[in-house]
Amino acid sequence: MPVPATSLVRSDATQALTALLSSRILVLDGAMGTMIQRHTFSEQEYRGERFADWHRDLKGNNDLLSLTQPAVIGAIHRAYLDAGADLVETNTFNAQKISLADYGMEELAYELNFESARLARLACDAVTQATPDQPRFVAGAMGPTNRTGSISPDVNDPGARNITYEELVDAYLEQANGLVDGGADLLLIETIFDTLNAKAAIFALETLFEERGRRWPVMISGTITDASGRTLSGQVTEAFWNSVRHANPLLIGLNCALGAAEMRPYLAEVSRIADCFVSCYPNAGLPNAFGEYDEAPDQTAAIVREFAESGLLNLLGGGAAAPRPSTSRRWRRAWSA
Amino acid sequence: MAACVVGVTPRVPSERAPACRLSGLEPLTIVDETLFVNVGERTNITGSAKFRNLIRDGDYNTALSVARQQVENGAQVIDINMDEGMIDGIAAMDRFVKLIASEPPDISRVPLMIDSSKFAVIEAGLRCVQGKPIVNSISMKEGEEKFRREASLCRKYGAAVVVMAFDEDGQADNLERRKAICERAYHILVDEVGFPAEDIIFDPNIFAVATGIEEHANYGVDFIEATRWIKQNLPGALISGGVSNVSFSFRGNNAVREAIHAVFLYHAIAAGMDMGIVNAGALVVYDQVDPRLRERIEDVILNRHPDATERLLEIAGEFAGDGKKTEIVNEAWRELPVDERITHALVKGVDDYAETDTEELRALIEARGGQPIEVIEGPLMAGMNVVGDLFGAGKMFLPQVVKSARVMKKAVAYLIPFIEAGKSPEDAGRSNGTVIMATVKGDVHDIGKNIVGVVLQCNNYDVIDMGVMVPAQKILDAAKENDADVIGLSGLITPSLDEMVTFAAEMERQGFDIPLLIGGATTSRAHTAVKIDKKYHGPVIWVKDASRSVPVVAALLSGDQRPGLLADVQADYDSLRERYAARSEAKVILPIAKARENRTPIDWTGYHPPRPRMLAQQAPDVHHDDERPLRSATQFVKTFHDYSLAELREYIDWQPFFNAWEMKGKYPDILNNPASGEAARKLWDDGQQMLDRLIEEKWISASGVIGLFPASMVGDDDIEVYADETRAEVRTTLREVRQQSEHRPGVPHRSLADFVAPKETGLHDYVGAFAVTAGLGITDKIKEFKAALDDYSAILLESLADRLAEAFAERLHQRVRTEFWAYQPDESLDNESLIKEKYVGIRPAPGYPACPEHTEKQTIWELLDVKTNTGIELTESMAMWPGASVSGLYFSHPQSQYFVVGQIGRDQVTDYAARKGLTVAAAEKWLSPNLGYRTDDDE
Repeated sequence: MPVPATSLVRSDATQALTALLSSRILVLDGAMGTMIQRHTFSEQEYRGERFADWHRDLKGNNDLLSLTQPAVIGAIHRAYLDAGADLVETNTFNAQKISLADYGMEELAYELNFESARLARLACDAVTQATPDQPRFVAGAMGPTNRTGSISPDVNDPGARNITYEELVDAYLEQANGLVDGGADLLLIETIFDTLNAKAAIFALETLFEERGRRWPVMISGTITDASGRTLSGQVTEAFWNSVRHANPLLIGLNCALGAAEMRPYLAEVSRIADCFVSCYPNAGLPNAFGEYDEAPDQTAAIVREFAESGLLNLLGGGAAAPRPSTSRRWRRAWSA
Repeated sequence: MAACVVGVTPRVPSERAPACRLSGLEPLTIVDETLFVNVGERTNITGSAKFRNLIRDGDYNTALSVARQQVENGAQVIDINMDEGMIDGIAAMDRFVKLIASEPPDISRVPLMIDSSKFAVIEAGLRCVQGKPIVNSISMKEGEEKFRREASLCRKYGAAVVVMAFDEDGQADNLERRKAICERAYHILVDEVGFPAEDIIFDPNIFAVATGIEEHANYGVDFIEATRWIKQNLPGALISGGVSNVSFSFRGNNAVREAIHAVFLYHAIAAGMDMGIVNAGALVVYDQVDPRLRERIEDVILNRHPDATERLLEIAGEFAGDGKKTEIVNEAWRELPVDERITHALVKGVDDYAETDTEELRALIEARGGQPIEVIEGPLMAGMNVVGDLFGAGKMFLPQVVKSARVMKKAVAYLIPFIEAGKSPEDAGRSNGTVIMATVKGDVHDIGKNIVGVVLQCNNYDVIDMGVMVPAQKILDAAKENDADVIGLSGLITPSLDEMVTFAAEMERQGFDIPLLIGGATTSRAHTAVKIDKKYHGPVIWVKDASRSVPVVAALLSGDQRPGLLADVQADYDSLRERYAARSEAKVILPIAKARENRTPIDWTGYHPPRPRMLAQQAPDVHHDDERPLRSATQFVKTFHDYSLAELREYIDWQPFFNAWEMKGKYPDILNNPASGEAARKLWDDGQQMLDRLIEEKWISASGVIGLFPASMVGDDDIEVYADETRAEVRTTLREVRQQSEHRPGVPHRSLADFVAPKETGLHDYVGAFAVTAGLGITDKIKEFKAALDDYSAILLESLADRLAEAFAERLHQRVRTEFWAYQPDESLDNESLIKEKYVGIRPAPGYPACPEHTEKQTIWELLDVKTNTGIELTESMAMWPGASVSGLYFSHPQSQYFVVGQIGRDQVTDYAARKGLTVAAAEKWLSPNLGYRTDDDE
């Protein structure tokens, strides 16, 4: 584990972000996963030199690319920032020891978060230096893990669980430590299917804040999984908000498994009830039978524009700054550089 | 895409007043206006021996049912406590809370109260809760440091806390210590720990009163005054308490205990108490406590008489076990005496034990030499009287009453062989009277009629239900044969009104005297007064809904009440008739020519009528609307067989479902209504469960047909439908009716024909039609339920089939807009927006306000060959059979909208008759609800 480069730890960005969020709608970068998929890395490229002899397959371990293909990850951040993003997410959606166990890489959790935050930090700092009037921020991404605290994996025993609250807190705390040491400006608990996981993440962040004697801004994003308007674990929007409000988040929002249009009533509900800033990352509708998205970017843009004009939004994320197909050639150049 | 939000002003965060905001799967907000919040106490090991045994034996399934019953009984939060020496509290708390999380939402929708005196057990619970729970409790009993640490942890877990009025010196037992401890705790939490005041719930200690110990006499007053003081001095904080403690001295006498709770809560709530741990199922209302008992309890609670305890003890015995308890929770009711059990089963609609309990009663009565019939006349009728009283008082609701009837019918069915073996049939049962009920000829709707039938049966009337589409003579013959006391007619569609008039005239001709009741969606007091009543000299009474039917029938059959009722009805009818007579002068009807001049202003220049995609797809080489016309007529129609009910379920509008059951209130709020919420939730659950089964087991099937046709507006109010896209041959003509009463300037006189491009514009416009049903196969299943004496399920199924048919119409209309006609290919609306009709285009149905003339359905039937394609038939009154069917037209123009034709003039009716090829008399008959002038019939 590398020694934390203390120079990377950021001071509290709450005031700066509050001022910006009050003056305009900020943009968070698009999905890292999609951009990585476009590159179609091989098993060997995933492994790089360092993990050439790793005992398990590593293809698909996108978060590992921060160590094995840092130039590409940095270039993706850079491209999003050039496209206008105010914030970029670290490449750490699955980088805690619970999800990393799939690859036998639990030990790398801290390092992955630290390095990923550092890559995003470097990209942000470079762009901020070029355009100082638009400061850029690193959002340390903390995904839901691949286990769920409220749902039984065993149909015959509804009381069974394959993860404990303590294990979740422990994994999230380690992840958050890596993220803030690597230079994250804020911490993003996202894609919340099960509110209990999110509450464990909040518990971990509060512990981190106690240990460090200071706070970082927190952003929380829940996922409405179907048209019934509930999370996977069954909560309606306001119940979800009541469950996570004690985190005093800077931003609360939704990233939706539904299309942008279906998301509207739930976003409006969040906007109605939340006394903090509101974010949304719309998806392009539900994938059709071929796994493609039917909602065209133009359509999504029109829907999102309406959200904004209706006064529902402070931050727009998830594909919002995605480069158009016409610029993809420049992308490929960027990657191969 | 980032560009799409550039320059848009960001949202300003909302400012919400601070409030205690809890959650399970659903939110629970406690503000000053919130009614007292019931915290269920039955899942507390320290208070319930039954629950303790279940946990000790590891019977968690039954333990869960205890939790479920509490929520069903109205608990808005459930308290869970596992503190018992022989039980591993941490393991039990962990297991039970996880099981609740995995349960269907009937339990987990409410917030939990994690209750333990050991903080480790509390933490075990908090680690399993996704919602925002309440911790019960923390205190300064072991010093400030532990208190601070536990409070901070509760905050990190995201919980509100109950703080006991307890400090290092012990529990506060007078007013001053209560104030001092709560104030100190409040400041530590708010100022030092950063705990939000609205998440602090003080428990200022409810202790037993009437113990005989003088120091205890003021305990009730102290709690109430402490509550008042905290609410005034510690802003934001809430008050809770364990209510059953207060009556501890009266254990063994539950009736008096519940009365004490009622009186205590009445005063504590007035002082500001927000919530309490109570037996949610047993709460008695203050007003319902016997006044004498109430006064003596009040003396005790408020400590206003030195001998208060003695005086209460004097009379407490009289009230032991009296019927004042509104209900008994859990399965404890099985231990009651059998006649109380049967009452409970009737009130609660539990039919599991109907036969066992009936047999027990029969054997008891036989043993003392009585007859089986006495079971009905005695305990069963006594139970049904309780049901009737509760229903009459608005404390039970229709779905519950229909379930009560199911229990009653099962009990009676069990007794019949014994009764028949013992006595001659004419002795069997003395009913309050016989009512013949039927849906009239030509009409098929019977949900409302079935409900009325069941409600009357519950009140001991013999009901002979003749079903639907019953010819007048059959009803009259049955009335004679059974020596009926009352006839009730039902109808939903407007032509049934005429049939009812005819029926009344027949009653007169055949010399009947008995009362005629009129009910159903299309009927009205005015129509009954003006048209039906004068055909028959006997009483003709319009009955608004099922709830009204019992008092009306009871009054009609009672010598005392009948004259008063009839006089009231006559006075009412007279005034309605006067108003009707004055009506034609009041309403100004324009000449039809003037109305036509003021049609919907649509600018057709530059308009491109959308050509249905369905037609384009069938001719793949056609790219643009008008390049190559289609010639084959069959290609304009599309049929759907055995449509997925699972898909339609998502499109159901539930509001009318609750309306059908006479559950008043707006869905989904009705589910949380303090009075009717329990009944509504139960109905909803039953509906959902039946939907699961009917889809799984394919009880019914859905079929539909749509057609999209080339069409033009011709004349003023007709729509020509062409045989093909050459538009050379007219296949049929839709005849529309135009608004004709005086409008404010600028408001057009609309007709559906306005929404189709006029022929002279040369535009190639289209019109659509549809017919759908979700009632195929329903008859057999209904028969099956009725044979099993289960009217509840029969009515439930009918009401669900109706909803599915409407959902089918909604879904197909959506697919027409996005897929088949595709004039709104990008539309994306949720179900709520669909229900609110936020889409472009309309689907008006013949017989409804925009096209009131029912025979237009015949045109649709021919156009779409509906009978062959879907199996839906039209009756002579133009009702659709099966009843769960919907038909109508589609209009795509963005300015098309729903409207009410309202009253029309003689000139339009004459013109309509000529256009449609009807006699004027026939046109007047079909348009009778819309006639804005008098016909010969009126004189």
